[in-house]
Amino acid sequence: MSVLVNKDSKIIVQGFTGKEGTFHASQMIEYGTNVVGGVTPGKGGQNHLDKPVLNTVAEAVEKLGADTSVIFVPPPFAADAIMEAADAGIKVIICITEGIPVQDMVKVKAYISDKDCRLVGPNCPGVMTPGEAKCGIMPGFIHNPGRIGIVSRSGTLTYEAVDQVTKAGLGQSTCIGIGGDPIVGTTTKDAVELLMNDPDTDGIIMIGEIGGSMEADAARYVKEHGTKPVVGFIAGQTAPKGRTMGHAGAIIGGDDDTAEAKMKIMAECGIHVVKSPATIGETMAKALKG
Amino acid sequence: MNLHEYQGKELLKSYGVAIQEGSVAHTLEEAVAAYEAMREKTQSDVVVVKAQIHAGGRGKGGGVKLAKNLDELKEHAGNILGMMLKTPQTPGGMEGPGKLVRKILVAEDAYAPDFDACSEFYVSILMDRERKCNVIIYSTEGGMDIEKVADETPELVHKEYIDPTLGLMPFQARKVAFNLGLSGQAFKQMTKFIANLYKAFVGADASLFEINPTLKTGDDRIVAVDCKVTLDDNALFRHKNLAELRDTDEEDPTEVEAKAHHLNYVNLDGNVGCMVNGAGLAMATMDIIKLSGGDPANFLDVGGTADAARVEQAFRIILKDPKVKAILINIFGGIVRCDRVAQGVIDAYKNMGNIPVPIIVRLQGTNADIAKKMIDESGLAVHSAILLQEAADIVSKVLAE
Repeated sequence: MSVLVNKDSKIIVQGFTGKEGTFHASQMIEYGTNVVGGVTPGKGGQNHLDKPVLNTVAEAVEKLGADTSVIFVPPPFAADAIMEAADAGIKVIICITEGIPVQDMVKVKAYISDKDCRLVGPNCPGVMTPGEAKCGIMPGFIHNPGRIGIVSRSGTLTYEAVDQVTKAGLGQSTCIGIGGDPIVGTTTKDAVELLMNDPDTDGIIMIGEIGGSMEADAARYVKEHGTKPVVGFIAGQTAPKGRTMGHAGAIIGGDDDTAEAKMKIMAECGIHVVKSPATIGETMAKALKG
Repeated sequence: MNLHEYQGKELLKSYGVAIQEGSVAHTLEEAVAAYEAMREKTQSDVVVVKAQIHAGGRGKGGGVKLAKNLDELKEHAGNILGMMLKTPQTPGGMEGPGKLVRKILVAEDAYAPDFDACSEFYVSILMDRERKCNVIIYSTEGGMDIEKVADETPELVHKEYIDPTLGLMPFQARKVAFNLGLSGQAFKQMTKFIANLYKAFVGADASLFEINPTLKTGDDRIVAVDCKVTLDDNALFRHKNLAELRDTDEEDPTEVEAKAHHLNYVNLDGNVGCMVNGAGLAMATMDIIKLSGGDPANFLDVGGTADAARVEQAFRIILKDPKVKAILINIFGGIVRCDRVAQGVIDAYKNMGNIPVPIIVRLQGTNADIAKKMIDESGLAVHSAILLQEAADIVSKVLAE
């Protein structure tokens, strides 16, 4: 078992025939992910990467039984693509696109709030269940099937954590890149909760950043409901106030969303907080031994 | 992206929001012409001269002055144009060097003719990250530091959350006007002001509007006397006219240059430069520099394609900062292969001749071993590492030397 995606997920790619979509879909297929087809409006009926292309997500659900979508649509059209997937009944929507206007995401959040779906992202590397499904842009080979769940707002920093976990002799159950934007579909707390309830996850690594209050919310959840060791790191201990550090959501607004404040709350809630990003893997290994 | 006050006011006016009228001047001659035009229009000798820089608190540093006649206008405009204006928000605050004032706004005296009958309010709109919707924040305590008001008298700061699917409803605009204690004509004007302000916020894809003060005049008009406008960079593709308002004079020149090369760069005060792929890893690399006894000189995300041209450009930008004593390159190769990045570093190094500071290259991920070998055998004065901890240890060692 794992969370969000596995070998039985029926996955489509929105923006399938574009440059990004083509490259990453082929990598996903090469990894062995169950990609059943893709959607590009106006190109329905063709074959691409030996898979069927459809005009609408609704058709993909009807004809291919799709239940998961990975979105590589450019920023001006990405919010619309997410809503189309939600409307068509896709259960897990993973949006990789970076640069979606925040007012578009305000509308998306409201639109999908009463739909039976989960959005991951946008501006994220995707979701990875090693050995089963690679839904995104992460390098497959650094992962190893195992029992550590990883939640992160960053891309390459997640790979760093994955690599350290693998080198510590452990593997990953599911790695969830929740994204670096101010509004994301799945919060840190949502993702931690999924992994906390997953019988095949023994420990959770939670990687946050400056900006917002998602890590504090997750920490309070861990304090109330935690049953597994959680290791936490917050990037941006040295970031200045009021500047956007690459990710649109990584900006210190007040005293509560600094790295220091978040790490303090996390430690108070029983999370194993690491100051150095180089010690994430070994700290997890130690925490598992109790 | 931030707008100047005069640009923000033009934007508000185009949505029917009443503003304190004025015109921008870059020289003393333009200021005099603006003054004459304003006197013609308002039949008053009094104007306000306001420095136009991207920072608040301009009055505290002498950047906002009342001029009661042409002589005073000339005096104030002459003093403010070209001054290094220090405010609590300019780099280094009131102790820092200040910011060069390149233009001023010559504006009407919005408080005339009956100053005592005026009231100042605070109104702002922004996106609330917790509730994931826009919120109007407002208070009767206008013209003051709102964070201080919120700290000392939180009951005086009101919030109105806007339903994303419906937008601002008329009852909400009325609620704002009632809570500000308005009635009659002023009440009507305020509901119109709030409705148009919200339209402008959504229409321009803004991430912050702060109208402080929002003024009720003696004759019951509601006027934006100051405004701070921040636009969502991600939405500028659909606002070409607003994107053109970017004033690069107000930004760090090295950051402007980095942006032109599509590098995400933020200048900081430390002594160790860094070049990283990915924003999260870049922040984490800054943190590890600090833990190794250094201080990060910058944030720099080279993005997904760290080829020779980009690496070289990134080197040049980092080395513009004379405080830099070492450079840490930290690349986690996923889709990008480390051997390609290593080749990029070697080529860039050779192209640039001698780089005067030690370089520490940490490449991890696809083909990391091959990449380390390439760097080690290149004959360049470059330290290589595979593990993040190794890289951190080398940074400590290099700084100690």
